[in-house]
Amino acid sequence: MEVKAPKIKSMRHEDFKDNEYIDQLVAELNAGGVNVVVGKLDQLLNWSRSNSLWPFCFGTSCCAIEFMCLGAARYDMARFGAEVARNSPRQADYIMCQGTITYRMAPVLKRLYEQMAEPKYVIACGACTISGGPFKNSYCVVKGIDEIIPVDVYLPGCPPRPEAMFYALMQLQRKIKVTKFFGGANRKEKPMRYVPEEK
Amino acid sequence: MADLQSRISALCEQAQIDNSGEFLLVTVDDAHWHEFARKLKEQLHFDYLTALVGVDWKDSLGVVYYLTNSDTHEIIHIKVATTNRDCPMLHSVSDIWAVANFQEREVFDFYGIIFINHPDMRRFFLRNDWVGHPLRKDYDDNPELNPVRLEDEVNEDDSCRWEEDPETGKVTKVDTKVFEDDEYVINVGPQHPSTHGVMRYRVSLDGEIVKKVDVVSGYIHRGIEKMCESLMYPQTLLYTERMDYMAAHINRHCLCMCIEKALGIEVPRRAELIRLMMDELMRISSHLLSYGCLTMDQGATTAFFYGFRERELIYDIFDRTCGARMSMSYATIGGVVADVHPDFIKDVRNACDVIEKNLKEYHQLFTGNVIARNRMIGVGLLSREQALDYAITGPSGRASGVNCDVRKTNPYSLYEEFDFEEVTRTEGDSMARYLVRMDEIVQSIKILRQACEKLEAIEGNEFCAKVPKMIKLPAGHWYQQVEASRGAFGVYLESDGDPKPFQKPYRMHFQSPCFNLIGIVDLTCRDNMIADLITITASIDFVIPDIDR
Amino acid sequence: MFDLSTVTNWTHEQLLSVMPQWLTTTVECILVALFLLLAYSVLAMIYIMYERWVCGWIQCRRGPIRVGPWGSLQIFADVFKILSKEIITLWHTDRFLFFLAPFLVVIASVMTFACLPWGKGFQIIDFNVGAFFIIAVSSVGVLGILLAGWSSNSKYTLIGAMRSGAQMISYELSVGLSMLTMVCLAGTMSITGIVEAQQDGWLLFRGHLPALIAFIIYIIAANAENNRGPFDLPEAEHELTAGYHTEYSGIHYGLFYLAEYLNLFIVSGIAALLFLGGWMPLHIPGWDGFNTVMDYIPSTLWFLGKTFFMTFIFIWIRWSFPRVRIDQMLALEWRYLMPIGLVNLVVMALMVTKDWVF
Repeated sequence: MEVKAPKIKSMRHEDFKDNEYIDQLVAELNAGGVNVVVGKLDQLLNWSRSNSLWPFCFGTSCCAIEFMCLGAARYDMARFGAEVARNSPRQADYIMCQGTITYRMAPVLKRLYEQMAEPKYVIACGACTISGGPFKNSYCVVKGIDEIIPVDVYLPGCPPRPEAMFYALMQLQRKIKVTKFFGGANRKEKPMRYVPEEK
Repeated sequence: MADLQSRISALCEQAQIDNSGEFLLVTVDDAHWHEFARKLKEQLHFDYLTALVGVDWKDSLGVVYYLTNSDTHEIIHIKVATTNRDCPMLHSVSDIWAVANFQEREVFDFYGIIFINHPDMRRFFLRNDWVGHPLRKDYDDNPELNPVRLEDEVNEDDSCRWEEDPETGKVTKVDTKVFEDDEYVINVGPQHPSTHGVMRYRVSLDGEIVKKVDVVSGYIHRGIEKMCESLMYPQTLLYTERMDYMAAHINRHCLCMCIEKALGIEVPRRAELIRLMMDELMRISSHLLSYGCLTMDQGATTAFFYGFRERELIYDIFDRTCGARMSMSYATIGGVVADVHPDFIKDVRNACDVIEKNLKEYHQLFTGNVIARNRMIGVGLLSREQALDYAITGPSGRASGVNCDVRKTNPYSLYEEFDFEEVTRTEGDSMARYLVRMDEIVQSIKILRQACEKLEAIEGNEFCAKVPKMIKLPAGHWYQQVEASRGAFGVYLESDGDPKPFQKPYRMHFQSPCFNLIGIVDLTCRDNMIADLITITASIDFVIPDIDR
Repeated sequence: MFDLSTVTNWTHEQLLSVMPQWLTTTVECILVALFLLLAYSVLAMIYIMYERWVCGWIQCRRGPIRVGPWGSLQIFADVFKILSKEIITLWHTDRFLFFLAPFLVVIASVMTFACLPWGKGFQIIDFNVGAFFIIAVSSVGVLGILLAGWSSNSKYTLIGAMRSGAQMISYELSVGLSMLTMVCLAGTMSITGIVEAQQDGWLLFRGHLPALIAFIIYIIAANAENNRGPFDLPEAEHELTAGYHTEYSGIHYGLFYLAEYLNLFIVSGIAALLFLGGWMPLHIPGWDGFNTVMDYIPSTLWFLGKTFFMTFIFIWIRWSFPRVRIDQMLALEWRYLMPIGLVNLVVMALMVTKDWVF
């Protein structure tokens, strides 16, 4: 079975940026060969996962306000089925990190990420999360959250407009649609083991 | 001023008084400072500590206190310094002005100045294991000393107090505990839906009743003040918008005015009018957001969406004129960056009409609701004295009956020309704070309508004064306050008069209103339910990056 | 009006003719159980979407529209996703109770669900103390919630669970009292009996003021019983992040989510059953033509229509009202609702004995 490039409703493939990356993922999947049954199951899962992205509310500064606008009436994130914002990391699917991460916040972010259930995705939203943004020279700002946790989509802007956030969401959907779940995941992560402290 | 000068010198003979600047400057040594401060408050009625700025003057470390008389609105400032750089110590005034409690902890964090007799001398913004005090000029910024630490911070209940023996004058360190061992302490935040950002409270509970709240701040401390010291003046403007992003334009306006004051630039009337209109739009937007958050924190989700519906109108105006929805970077030194959009006045009038009409809907949906009234009336009481003591300004202060609207008390920009009322209430509860905000929206609409007429009447399209390419300030310090959407926002700017072409500020301090607001969280939430903690903090309405800066 | 019992009786006889009695019962039990689980999950999915669309409409937005036509496939995406999410097991917790809790909640709601009459002769359990049975089994759910909060070993979940315990046990009284009031009026505890008692007029209209008071008390108490706003304290998002199910992930959380919406169906269904005539069509005395037309509408549609209408009211309340505080919530129950409910029951009993009702 051949894996095709992911389709997003109401937006053409050519209109997206970073198509090379997606094409490369598709080629990788095809190179390995996909069983029809397993491939169909994978497609079903990927379809469901990409269409049911429940965000984890993690707003530290300005971007959080734009994220609220994203949920509000004009932009309405609910159209994508992503309005079920969960406050518990265990129940969320992706973490949209909105705002600067400081040295004091870094362990908290890492812990929240670890508390999320697989599959979990990260969108780095805003300049601060990508590189430290305007606060790059500060003594206590993390220079990009990819130092702490793996990032799936980088969304520049200070703050990004809600339209840009939708774009990031759709890019994430595309990325999810070309992952492989059964028969070995192509999304690799370092296995992390938490060893409880002896009391 | 002369009268005030003589009265101050009568209080303390050792005080040196300098009246050359915009405000009266009193320099006093640390030994007499505490006594002098008490007299200033009790006898001269300087009961409102406007700002507390730590400064490193290289040869000495010290603090500048800005004090306001809450009746006459006179401002003086006092400089207290110590030359001991290894173990700098000053006397705490947190027993005189309660707001100084957190402010002094901030100064301790940044400069390492230990405040004698301060009840709780812990770091405020930085991690407990941080090495060094970052705002000192001799701070070692080697990243190896302070790497990104991914292990959790040790949850320390240990605090300390530096006590002075009143007879011998010997200072000793006394260890104290924040919470006792047998208290049921729950941790609210730093990632919690209703802390409006990354604030953290440690709450001691008895059943559902809050016994004590310990505020742990600094999860979004980005070191803006330090970064400003390495940038030129126009570059520093950007950070003001990222502190209180709900008052982005107002904060930027404040810093612009402070630099213009130092430079002596006259801003064109039209530019000033545009800035003022943007300020008021920002205020409406901010109050609508706080309406939305307050309602959502109480579970009335629909009201949140209504508030955001109208905010989009204001965002559209910003978008068309400034090209951005938030963080507009519109005001600049000498005026504004570009002229307004041709439809600006029409859009503003339209937004005013729509918001005014829809405000009735908000009241119908939420204000009259019996549950909302029960949740807010009489909850989180803050008396007028407490509000002054904790230097609470803005809608929260006015809800307690303090006349603290900077637009009225120390008019800036063109506010003197406008006809509007200062909304005050006397109840001091959550409901009053909420209603003050709603009434301020009406007043802002009134200002905007007048401003539209004034703007139409002005000929030409001048929007910025002539400003030198390289901004060089003379040596000195300036302080400028504005009424931001959450209270009085102040900028302290000190220049060393460096003759080099790329002059940088020597010290820039932002006195944010929200910083004072967190001081009352413990006070207002104590003996209320845990659910009230949420309503009270929502009604106090702070923006966390503004606290942490 | 079409009676489903003719179909079921016919099936029963056909089965009996080919197999012994015990096997017939087993086969029927399995069939019924399958139907029940299927209906349960389908209804829960419909309900989740119903709530999302209605709340979108209330909040001037469009709700899910992109996945499938009008967003109709959204819920399938959610279901498949949640089925494939990782289930996190915690350290330092009571593993058995932690896994048991979501199932207890679901079992309680399935059992209550089984009691609802879907149409004429379309009912799974019908015995003479049906109303009591509903009250009894619906309160098993609180056990699941308490266990969930306790076994998660977290302070937030514990507070959520304790609130929930206090709330559900208190409001059970009011639900029971208002149900008893209607039982008193109908003169029977059998579910079918209650519905049939409304042949000539719904109990809400027949019982004068006491019935109306019972209806209002029921709506308030059922909201609380169901942990829905303004009584959503156990999972108060803005106080306790997600309340008692904070630590649950994957399908375990999905079960809580499912049970929450099914409970909404159940309380709306009981409201329709007790006050709005269940599956009985709307009859207005004297309007014979109108009544005949109404009779042509299938009874299941009547029941579902009334239930969805009641649900609409519950959703409307949930999204517009702020949340009450724990002390206010308990005061409302013990100071107002319960005394009023008790007096109301006595008044209703008096009225029934004196035959003052329609």
